[in-house]
Amino acid sequence: MKAKKGTIRVITGNAVGAYGAMLCRPEVIAAYPITPQSEIAEQLAQFRADGVLDAEFVEVEGENSAMNVVLAASVAGARVFTATSSYGLVFMYDALQEASGFRTPVVMVNANRETPGIHAVSAGQQDMISARDTGWVQIIVENDQEILDQIIMAYRLAEDYDIQLPVMVNYDGYYLSYLAEAVEIPQIEDVDAFLAPLKKQPPRPRLVPGVAKGCGTHGIEMGYVEARYKHWQALERVKNKADEIDKAFGDYFGRYYGGQIEEYRTGDADIVVVASGSATGTARTVIDAKREQGIKVGLIKMRLFRPFPAEKLIEALKGKKAVGVIDRSVCFGWKYGPICTELMALSPKLETVPILSYIDGLANLDINVPHIGRVVDEVYAAARGKPYQEVTWIPMEEER
Amino acid sequence: MVIKHKNIFTTESAWSDADKVLLCLDTGGWRTERPVLDQSKCNYCGLCALYCPPQCMLDKGDHYEANLAYCKGCGICAHECPRGALTMVPEGEFADEG
Repeated sequence: MKAKKGTIRVITGNAVGAYGAMLCRPEVIAAYPITPQSEIAEQLAQFRADGVLDAEFVEVEGENSAMNVVLAASVAGARVFTATSSYGLVFMYDALQEASGFRTPVVMVNANRETPGIHAVSAGQQDMISARDTGWVQIIVENDQEILDQIIMAYRLAEDYDIQLPVMVNYDGYYLSYLAEAVEIPQIEDVDAFLAPLKKQPPRPRLVPGVAKGCGTHGIEMGYVEARYKHWQALERVKNKADEIDKAFGDYFGRYYGGQIEEYRTGDADIVVVASGSATGTARTVIDAKREQGIKVGLIKMRLFRPFPAEKLIEALKGKKAVGVIDRSVCFGWKYGPICTELMALSPKLETVPILSYIDGLANLDINVPHIGRVVDEVYAAARGKPYQEVTWIPMEEER
Repeated sequence: MVIKHKNIFTTESAWSDADKVLLCLDTGGWRTERPVLDQSKCNYCGLCALYCPPQCMLDKGDHYEANLAYCKGCGICAHECPRGALTMVPEGEFADEG
């Protein structure tokens, strides 16, 4: 089948987020402005004013209400959308867990930004990392095109009868939110067709006026255990489902992203760099340059963060001699970065030692070519038995 | 892993018909004291029933009585009774569980 063609437009990551949502025809949208996400909600409101989006907009007084509105609308059977960032995500904390506990297929964009504690209006993944135990599916994307495509795939995933979970699509705030790139925007009819299989599923339970139903397990202890067990199972199912949907999307639209993780030149690689988000574009450039110098290095781009793609990583890292993990956030209470810490949890199943942890790109500092070059060089040295530093805060070792 | 648990919910999420699984909890089991009526003081005004949070006061024709299957023993009925006809008595003084 020939891939469906769209229209090329040069627009910012936030505008792309709005296009992605609009193309999926959400019925209820509630969002509260927060930098660097606000443009998404503004653009969606513009779509509605222009008559290209037929959605109910609920003006809310904060992000907690935004999440509660969309989860309630989802419980009533609507397709919903919201977007947030940083403090907004934190302000939703209880509602995030209600959304996943109720198993509502909410789709939310989170433009990654540093998070409370110390005020920072700048990029970083600390917000999504701090929400990792809320029971959501969390996906990290690299560029504007992937934002759009992943939102469409997110609806296929969230509303799948075997999944029924909220999905958070994360992209680097500032780096992508305000970056204009050429993006192919699919025809809405083609998106309809891609999402059509959802209509053939059994209906999920929903609230209907006049029918007394409840959702919760108050006082029924085994009910709680059962609900948590099913939630846990559903998150496990997300892994393969994400791969299947990625394949289906690629077959239909001609763009594949690798599903849970994307591997770049890992096949014959001796060492591997693990990174996520917009920095992976830079990383590919470095990998290519280091290959020219004869270093057999590959890249693993983390796409799925929750559930953690354990099996895929074990497979991809088989036989590798050393790994460097670049984290754009901090794992409080653990020495290593968050993604590195989780990767290390797989250590008994990995032959790969050593694993080097790098903290970089906090608060809008670039994860640039020299930084990733340094990572490759140090991991390469560690693979050959040289002594290495377990954790490196790259910006702290630089003079400015 | 051998699962011996028989599912309570037929759905992925913890949904149930309100009349079957969820709202039939005997909340009376949470009670530490119960309202006891001195019928000679009761004039059947109905304020106890009006104020009862779980609305479990039963209309007995000339007085009200708490349905002990649901009465949580909050004591609001006794507090509101203008004639002091209701007294909260600790559960330990009763042989039955209500």
